[in-house]
Amino acid sequence: MKTRSIASLLLTTALSFAVTGVAFAQDKTVKIGALSDQSGLYADLGGPGSTLAAQMAVEDSGLSGKGWKIDIISGDHQNKPDIGTAIARQWFDVDKVDIIVDVPNSGVALAVNNVVKEKNGVYINSGAATSDLTNAQCSPNTVHWTYDTYMLAHTTGQALVKAGGDTWFFLTADYAFGAALERDTTAVVTANGGKVVGGVKHPLNTPDFSSFLLQAQASKAKIIGLANAGGDTTNTIKQAAEFGIGKGGQKLAALLLFLTDIKAIGLETAQGLNFTETFYWDMNDQTRAFSKRFAEKMKNNAPPTMVQAGVYAGVRHYLKALEALGGNPHDGVKVVEKMKSMPTEDDLFGKGLIQPNGRTIHNAYLFEVKKPSESKGPWDFYRLVGTVPGDQAFTPLSESKCALLKK
Amino acid sequence: MQALYAQLLVGLINGSFYALLSLGLAVIFGMLNIINFAHGALYMMGAFCAYFLLNLGGINYWWALVLAPIIVGIFGMILERTMLQWLAGLDHLYGLLLTFGIALIVQGVFQNYFGSSGLPYAIPDQLRGGMNLGFMFLPVYRGWVVVFSLVVCLATWFLIEKTRLGAYLRAATENPTLVRAFGINVPRMITLTYGLGVGLAALAGVLSAPINQVRPLMGADLIIVVFAVVVIGGMGSIMGSIITGFALGVIEGLTKYFYPEASNTVVFVLMVLVLLVKPTGLTGRAA
Repeated sequence: MKTRSIASLLLTTALSFAVTGVAFAQDKTVKIGALSDQSGLYADLGGPGSTLAAQMAVEDSGLSGKGWKIDIISGDHQNKPDIGTAIARQWFDVDKVDIIVDVPNSGVALAVNNVVKEKNGVYINSGAATSDLTNAQCSPNTVHWTYDTYMLAHTTGQALVKAGGDTWFFLTADYAFGAALERDTTAVVTANGGKVVGGVKHPLNTPDFSSFLLQAQASKAKIIGLANAGGDTTNTIKQAAEFGIGKGGQKLAALLLFLTDIKAIGLETAQGLNFTETFYWDMNDQTRAFSKRFAEKMKNNAPPTMVQAGVYAGVRHYLKALEALGGNPHDGVKVVEKMKSMPTEDDLFGKGLIQPNGRTIHNAYLFEVKKPSESKGPWDFYRLVGTVPGDQAFTPLSESKCALLKK
Repeated sequence: MQALYAQLLVGLINGSFYALLSLGLAVIFGMLNIINFAHGALYMMGAFCAYFLLNLGGINYWWALVLAPIIVGIFGMILERTMLQWLAGLDHLYGLLLTFGIALIVQGVFQNYFGSSGLPYAIPDQLRGGMNLGFMFLPVYRGWVVVFSLVVCLATWFLIEKTRLGAYLRAATENPTLVRAFGINVPRMITLTYGLGVGLAALAGVLSAPINQVRPLMGADLIIVVFAVVVIGGMGSIMGSIITGFALGVIEGLTKYFYPEASNTVVFVLMVLVLLVKPTGLTGRAA
């Protein structure tokens, strides 16, 4: 009798383990949180379009047909780190979100980075620029897709210095992103024998740049480096044209420009600007096909920006990793390790990989803005000038200070 | 020193927008006792109106300067007739909340259709280019903005403080019942006044369209500063808001030169200081 009850106890325990084990392997529920600036100056380059990109990634993965249940929720961080972290915490604690995607605004992105690490979630950042996400502040839970300040500095920045632009004046957005972009670009300028002669830090979301532009003009620097983004960059470029800065021999270096920015400036003013992106809708048949599907679902029929494309590609790769794992372990580190072990491949960025520090490596493209006469459609803006292979565009592992690399 | 002159001039340009906007706010507050939080949204509508006139109707900048304030002014008068007039005599808070709600709705609708990054509006051909003043390169358009808004501000001041119509208006604010007894249609006058204030905002919107992006949030970014200007100048004081508008533009411009990081807070620091020393504002009278 006694042996029998012990045996049955053991059997029950074993069974319950087995049951949890099975449930663990077969848990096919995933919750994705798209956290972005939904209404401010970065809403057009990320925002609702990023949520759409995530949705399309889920649809295209075909996992719903294989018994997976994947939900997407979105949130507005309003460019405020405290709001961003509060939403992230709520998502992990209450809504049981597995993964946070997008998060433009480097200040918010770095704050959310810590929350995701603490909660052991997955973080695929596409919208933020700071290279710190995979460098000094890297995390085993984070993958940084699309672009970063190191890449921008080593493509657009380097090309300008080599073309003779050896004195620089920076107009820098006064927060984590601007600081990182100025720091990384300054390193490139000085390494190539150039000199930074001055700079101004302006508040985020400044409507009038004339005062700063006058200071830049007075500096006599050959290059005025714009370490800002979105509405700040478009206003700077527009107003620089007004103050005759291009005609005075000085050149504007828009280190970070998005498709939607060009639309806002208009080709008349934007023509001839050189900059770098990792995705453009009109690159090849695959990007065109995706962009067409995307634009049909967007309110103003806009094709995807590189940030939105990065969200799509990131979510696709994440879901591939989950499928390979056979289920969702709800363990961020484990999923990200799986993601890093698989090469990346998708229609938008082509073939690539994720470095151990979380940085995705793919090609970067130097573009020039077309003249109004060359543009054949409402979004036909770029001419491809050059391609920089991923291993030359992004931080080499030997230069990375990421703690994950020391293991 | 040369750089300083340039910054003073640039500050004056921004001051023109502050002056035009705070003037409209002061007129509306002075005559209707409404704290018009929808002012930024109406300013934005003025800029969008110019954009639509150009791109849909082929109507140029000069006509937009006339038409946009009228169109947006009519929109404002409809708002006043249908909603704001019922708030007369109630606490300021009601008007503030209502207009704030209207602003959010208007901005939301525009953002829904046009996104947040804005639309381009080119500088009219006649005002392109610039002149070298020795100490700076002054774009012709910016010079035009200063001169034009100064004229509009002074004309508005003259209309309200020095003409018979203005006298009626001021009398109607003091004692509407008595003015009605003289056979003057006070409700209509109030509607027209609101329309005038709104028209000034729309005019500022058209003026700023070629300089800034035509964006749904362009007013929301500016309105808080403009309210600070009105508070510093003294709520309801016409001349006070004009002078403070220009003065604060200059102070902000100087801050951008000496300590750029503080350029978007300096106005509020000044507001706190003024409120501590003179709670009615620089030119305001105690109620």
